[in-house]
Amino acid sequence: MTERTAVEDLLRELAPQVLSVLVRRYGDLADAEDAVQEALLAAATQWPTEGLSDNPRSWLIAVALRRLTDRWRSDEARRHREDLDAMREPAAPSEVSDEDDSLSVLFMCCHPALTPGSAIPLTLRAVGGLTTAEIARAFLVPEATMAQRISRAKQRIKSSEVPFRMPTSAEWTERLRSVLHVLYLIFNEGYAASTGADVARSDLSGEAIRLTRALHASLPGDPEVCGLLALMLLTDARRPARTGPDGELISLAEQDRALWDHALIGEGVALISAALPRGAVGEYQLQAAVAAVHDEAATADETDWPQILALYGLLERMTGNPMVTLNRAVAAAMVDGPAAGLALLAGLEGPLAGHHRLDAVRAHLLEMAGDVEGAITHYRTAAGRTTSLAERRYLTTQAARLGNHRT
Amino acid sequence: MKYMLLMSSASIEGVPPMHEWAPEDARASGAHMMQIHQELTERGELLGGEALAGPEAAKIVTSDGVSAPVVTDGPFPEAKELLAGFWMVDVESEARAIEIAAQTSAAPGPGGRPTRRPIEVRAIMTPPIRSCD
Repeated sequence: MTERTAVEDLLRELAPQVLSVLVRRYGDLADAEDAVQEALLAAATQWPTEGLSDNPRSWLIAVALRRLTDRWRSDEARRHREDLDAMREPAAPSEVSDEDDSLSVLFMCCHPALTPGSAIPLTLRAVGGLTTAEIARAFLVPEATMAQRISRAKQRIKSSEVPFRMPTSAEWTERLRSVLHVLYLIFNEGYAASTGADVARSDLSGEAIRLTRALHASLPGDPEVCGLLALMLLTDARRPARTGPDGELISLAEQDRALWDHALIGEGVALISAALPRGAVGEYQLQAAVAAVHDEAATADETDWPQILALYGLLERMTGNPMVTLNRAVAAAMVDGPAAGLALLAGLEGPLAGHHRLDAVRAHLLEMAGDVEGAITHYRTAAGRTTSLAERRYLTTQAARLGNHRT
Repeated sequence: MKYMLLMSSASIEGVPPMHEWAPEDARASGAHMMQIHQELTERGELLGGEALAGPEAAKIVTSDGVSAPVVTDGPFPEAKELLAGFWMVDVESEARAIEIAAQTSAAPGPGGRPTRRPIEVRAIMTPPIRSCD
């Protein structure tokens, strides 16, 4: 995913557009993708030696169409297509412009028949242009397993009752939500792995940002798309400061803010500042607003916690998500003292039972309240419950730090 | 989410060791396991898995890094501590991991009755998933 040549970059950008043209005309993702792969291969071998075609996009479409036609001339493929036609409604007439090409494939990959676990690799493959091997490496699974997962996702779309087309206006909001969720998950998957040993994984964040930028370019007026892009940029800006030399996690309060990427912060703040006044406030915009408040504080002490508390209050009312309440408890502790935060945790015992984040926050707030023994106990419980090695190390270190200072 | 499903080699009350089973029962058990393997592969969930040779051939090694290692040969009285085999899966949820473990535990034994062999489900550690700051 690194060190791509100019031709490779161009092919990656064009691949989803070409794929979309084929899929819109013939409605079959799996066959269309095979044809596009063959066309890309032809381009990758011919262009560097024979020079770029005058119109690379048309060239690729022509070659891919020829491959698709060749394919369908074979008896077996024709039977395959007849089977498909029998179970599918006729494709809706195309009303989307060429500019929406990548968008239509993206919306198809986030199909309602798919779980996020299937939609994510399919999106990275069909829209991101990553190879199956790259995706497998990024998710730390064998290539054959990932290939099977992607092929199964395509089959599932094919056999679902929902045909491929751009969603109708009734489906639009829900489908856009799925698209944003998938992009958000891709970003988080990469952001969770920011150490040098995990380059393939952390590149996922860059990929998610690239795809979200493209979506934003297609839908500049959508405030939630804007909010998600802002959230990614404002979060990614802290990447250089969030781990130490040995990959250990550094909490937001302890990070060296000089290491933050201030160009990204500027861009993210501009995006969210433009989106919020449009009125249709959604959860990504609110999360981005929280990230912006953190990023704009020159020191941890200067953080505008009352504003963060208010934003989490809005987010909580909007989503009802107990993880948001957990974050609100931290903000409440910063504004009104640890007792206020601990009081909010009481209501989370049910919904977040056994979740390590609840113990971690409780430990942090108990430490603020001066209850060293309680804090040690809960840091240890949290360390035992997390499935993240980096977090376990962080939480164990917190418990040890308090233990060493015990008198 | 990645999980390891661990099967112990401990004997189960009421289930004789497999070499005493009727051939068709052993075949049915093998077919059941193959079917699970097939399903996990088709769903793109299987990361890997191995069956391990019996505890009779196991050795336990301890070393202080200086003197010659101490090697203890089996069989071990505490055979329940020893693995018979494992699967690694990557699934959408813990519920799905439990479902796979249950299918495995319900593999048929003598007379087609489920052996109900206990399967340990363990999450595999991953890099952290970021939530809101």
